[in-house]
Amino acid sequence: MTLEAKPFDPNELLDQQVTAGQFQAAGQWAMVWAKFKKHKLAVISLVVVGLIYFVALFAEFLAPYDPGKFDPRYTYVPPQSIGFFVDDGAGGSRFQPHVTGYKIELNPVSFRREFTTDPEAIIPIGFFVEGQPYKLWGLFDSNWHLIGPIDQSQPFFLAGGDRLGRDLLSRTIHGTRISMSIGLVGVGLSLVIGMILGGISGYRGGMVDRVIQRVIEFIRSVPTIPLWLGLAAAMPKDWPPLQVYFSILVILSLIGWTEIARVVRGRFLSLRSEDFVISARLDGVSEFRLIMRHMMPSLYSHIIAAITLAIPNMILAETSLSFLGLGLQPPIVSWGVLLQDTQNLRAITQAPWLFIPGICVVIAVLSLNFLGDGVRDAADPYAK
Amino acid sequence: MSAPILSVKNLSVDFPLHKRVLNAVKNISFDLHRGETLCLVGESGSGKSVTARAILQLIAKPGAITGGQIILNSDGKETDIVALGSSGPAIRGVRGRKIAMIFQEPMTSLSPVHTIGHQIIETILLHEKISKDEARKRAAALLDRVRIPIPEQALDRYSFEFSGGMRQRAMIAMALSCNPEVLIADEPTTALDVTTQAEILSLIKELQRDRGMAVLFITHDMGVVAQIADRVMVMFRGDKVEEANVFDLFERPQQAYTKALLGSVLKLETPGPRPERPATETPVAQIDDLALHFPLNAGFFGKPTAYLKAIDGVSLTINEGETVGVVGESGSGKTTLGRTLLRVYTPTEGQVNYRRSDGTIVDIASLRKEGMKSLYGEVRMIFQDPHSSLNPRMTIYQIISEPLRTNTKMTEAQMRDRVEELLARVGLPTDIGDRYPHAFSGGQRQRISIARAVAVRPRLIIADEPTSALDVSLRHQVLDLMRDLQAEFGLSYLFISHDISVIRYFCDRVAVMKNGRIVEIGDVAQICERPQHEYTKTLISAVPRPNPRLRADAPALG
Repeated sequence: MTLEAKPFDPNELLDQQVTAGQFQAAGQWAMVWAKFKKHKLAVISLVVVGLIYFVALFAEFLAPYDPGKFDPRYTYVPPQSIGFFVDDGAGGSRFQPHVTGYKIELNPVSFRREFTTDPEAIIPIGFFVEGQPYKLWGLFDSNWHLIGPIDQSQPFFLAGGDRLGRDLLSRTIHGTRISMSIGLVGVGLSLVIGMILGGISGYRGGMVDRVIQRVIEFIRSVPTIPLWLGLAAAMPKDWPPLQVYFSILVILSLIGWTEIARVVRGRFLSLRSEDFVISARLDGVSEFRLIMRHMMPSLYSHIIAAITLAIPNMILAETSLSFLGLGLQPPIVSWGVLLQDTQNLRAITQAPWLFIPGICVVIAVLSLNFLGDGVRDAADPYAK
Repeated sequence: MSAPILSVKNLSVDFPLHKRVLNAVKNISFDLHRGETLCLVGESGSGKSVTARAILQLIAKPGAITGGQIILNSDGKETDIVALGSSGPAIRGVRGRKIAMIFQEPMTSLSPVHTIGHQIIETILLHEKISKDEARKRAAALLDRVRIPIPEQALDRYSFEFSGGMRQRAMIAMALSCNPEVLIADEPTTALDVTTQAEILSLIKELQRDRGMAVLFITHDMGVVAQIADRVMVMFRGDKVEEANVFDLFERPQQAYTKALLGSVLKLETPGPRPERPATETPVAQIDDLALHFPLNAGFFGKPTAYLKAIDGVSLTINEGETVGVVGESGSGKTTLGRTLLRVYTPTEGQVNYRRSDGTIVDIASLRKEGMKSLYGEVRMIFQDPHSSLNPRMTIYQIISEPLRTNTKMTEAQMRDRVEELLARVGLPTDIGDRYPHAFSGGQRQRISIARAVAVRPRLIIADEPTSALDVSLRHQVLDLMRDLQAEFGLSYLFISHDISVIRYFCDRVAVMKNGRIVEIGDVAQICERPQHEYTKTLISAVPRPNPRLRADAPALG
C-alpha cells in the first residue's frame, strides 16, 4: 500500500504514486538481507556459525598443540583454568596470565592416579607463543600458536586430557575442521546431484518426474542407520584415512541429495507456470537461458536455505557413524571420533570433559538450524 | 431525522512501518442511519477497507486505532466500539450480532472442512440460546431467503461445492443469521462475474429493505455505487474527500478528486477515439475452428473418459490495424484462447493462419518449436497482472531488453538506447533501467510490460486483461497509450477483457465468449447497443452503469 501525505492534485498523473523508500534500486540480495536481519536468533547463529568455520579454517594456529601429541604422564587430567595475577612474594600481585600445574597422587584404594591442582606450580602462558611447528593448510611453515605455555615442556590442558594424555582442546579444534567440512562438502555433493535431478524432474515433468520421484521415495524409505552401517562396513579396513574421509562423504551425500531435489523440483513446478516465465518464453528465450537466467535466480535463496538446513544432518550423520566406530577412524580427528572415548562408564564418572566435542556438535547443529530457519524466511523477499 | 445507528467520529488508524508510520485512515467522521446504504468509495490504498475493519475492531496487527470514537446506537444504548478493545466478550457481542460483515473473497472466509450448514448453525448457536433443530430450521430459512435452491440439501454441502456467487450468498446468509442491525460489505462482488454481481447486489438491496438494516458498502466501482448507494463517501489516501447524496455526487461533484475520478469513469463509458483504418481489410490472423480440449480423469492406462472443452471451435479474424475484443465471464475460455494463439497451449484441433509481414501464411497451430521462435518477435503478449509478469529479480532494463536480445542482433549499447527510447515512449522516466519492478506501482509496471511487448516492433499483440488489475483512473491512461502505439506501429490487438466498458472504449469489433464458444461477434457499437444473443443481452444489462438516474428507484430530475 502506498500512501503519501500530499493532497490530491488534478494535474498530477494519477499513477505516479512511486514508493519512495529504501528499496528503490535494491536488488534481490539487499532485500533478503533486510528481511534476514529482522530474525535476531538467526543473526546470532550466523555469527556463531561464522566463528565455528573460522576455527575450522585456522585450526593449527588456534590449537595449542598437534592433535596427536601425547604425554602418558597426563592421562585424564582435569581442565585447568586461566588465572591472570600471581603473588610477587612481597604481598602484592603482578599481571601474569598463567595456569597451575598438577600434583599427582596415587590413590591406594582405586589404584588410580589422581590429579589435584598445585597452586604453587605457576605455569606462565602467553598469546602468540612459539610451539610445535606445523604447516598451515599444508602450505605455510609456522610454529606460532594463539595460546600456549611459554615453556613447552609444562602441562597445558584447558579442556583436560584424554586417555593417552592428549590435549582435548587441540583435538576438538582440529575435529572442528573435519566435522564442519564433512557437512559443507557433503552438502555440496548432494546439491549437485539434487539440483540436476530435481531440476529435470520439475522442469520436464511427466514420466521422468514420476521415475525420479519414486527413486527418491525409495531412498528415503530405507532406514538410514543400517544403510550407513552396511555401506561403511563395505569399506576395506586398510584404506588410508583420506580415502575413508571421501568415501564417508560420498555415502552421506548419496542419501542426502533427496531433500534438496525435492525443494528444487517444487520450486521449478511452481515457477514453470509463473507469468514472468511464460512471458520470457514468449520473448523467444532459449530453454537453457530460460532456466539459468529467469528461473534459477528465484531458486538461489531457497537453495541456500536448503543447504543450511542440510549441513546439520550431515554433521549428525558423520558424528553418529564415527561414534559407532564405522565412520572416520583415528588418526583422523572429528567430533564423532573424539566422542568414541565417551563410550565407557569411566568417562562419565571421572572425565566428564570428554563430552566437550558433544557440546560442540549441539552448538553447531543448533546454530545452523536457526540460521537455516532465518534464511528460509528471508528467502523470498517478494512474498507478502 | 432519527439518531444514526452508527456514528464514526474522528477515526484514525495507523500502521507502523519499518521506519515511519503509515496513517491509513486520517481523522474520518461519518454517520450511518437505519435503512440506508452508505458507499465508501476509493481507489486502492485509500483506506476504505481499513475503515470498515476498524468498525469491527478487525485491524491486523501492528496496525491500531489511534484516535476517535465509533458509537453504536442500539437498543437505546450508546456503545463506543473503540473502547471495547479488540477481544473479549463485549466486542464479540457486537460482531455478528449487531454488526455483521461480508468479505470480498467468499472462498477464504468460509471454512472448507465444515459444511455450510454447520457454519451457519454454529454462528446462530453462539449468539442465541435455542436448540440445534431450531437453529437448523433457521439456517435453512436463511439459505432460502438468499435464494439458494433446495436449502435443506445445501446445508449439508461444503463451500467448495458451491460456485462463487452461491458462496457469497451463503456468506450473506451467515452474516444475517443473528439479525444484525448493520451490515458491512467489503467489496462483496469484486471477485464475481457481472451477471452474478447484479444478482448479489439486488439481493443485498432487497434484504436491506425487508429488515431495515443499515449497509456500509465498500467498493472501488463507481457503477456499483450508482446502483445501490443512498449516500456516498469518497476517500483518497486515508482522507475523506467528499460525502454527499448519490445523485448530488454524480451530478455535482464538489472536490477536484471526485471530479477526476468520475471523469475517468465516464470516459470509459463512451467509445474512445479510434485510429484511422485502411479501407480494404487485410487479415493478419485467421483463427479457424480452433479447439483445445484438456483430458479429465486420465486413467492409468486407458484413454481419458471426459474432456474439458476450454476452447470449443472458435473462428475469428483479426485484421491489420484492428482491435478485436474478446469478452466473457470467468471460465469462458477467453484467456486460454489468447494463450493458445501463442502456443502456450497446443490446440487439439483447428488452424491459426497468421500472415507474416512478407505476405507468407503460417499455421501457428501446427508450427514446430523452431518455427514459433521466429514468430515471437511478431506476435506479443501483455499479461493481466503486472506484478507477476515482471520477474522481480531482474532490472527494468534486463526485462525490456530480453526480447531484443533474443530476436534481434543489437549490441548492448544499441539496446540501452532502445530501452531508454521505449521507456520515454510509454511515459516513464528514462533513468529507471537499473531499478527493480517492486519500486513501481501497478500502472507503471503495466507500462513496463507494454514497453517490453512493443520493443521488437510486433504486428499483433494479445492483451490479456491489461487493465483489470489497475485502478479505474489508470485504465484509460493505459488504454490511450496502447491506442497511440497502435497508430504509430500499425499494430493489431486481440484484447481480452471481462469488462464491457473497457471493450467499448478500446475495441473495433468484439466477440462474446461463453463456455469456450463465441456466441456473438460484431461491431462494438452493435454489440453494446443492440445485442442479438440472449447471453450478450444479459451480460450487457448486468453491467452497473455509473449513472444513478438509471436506477429503478431514482427520483425524477428536479
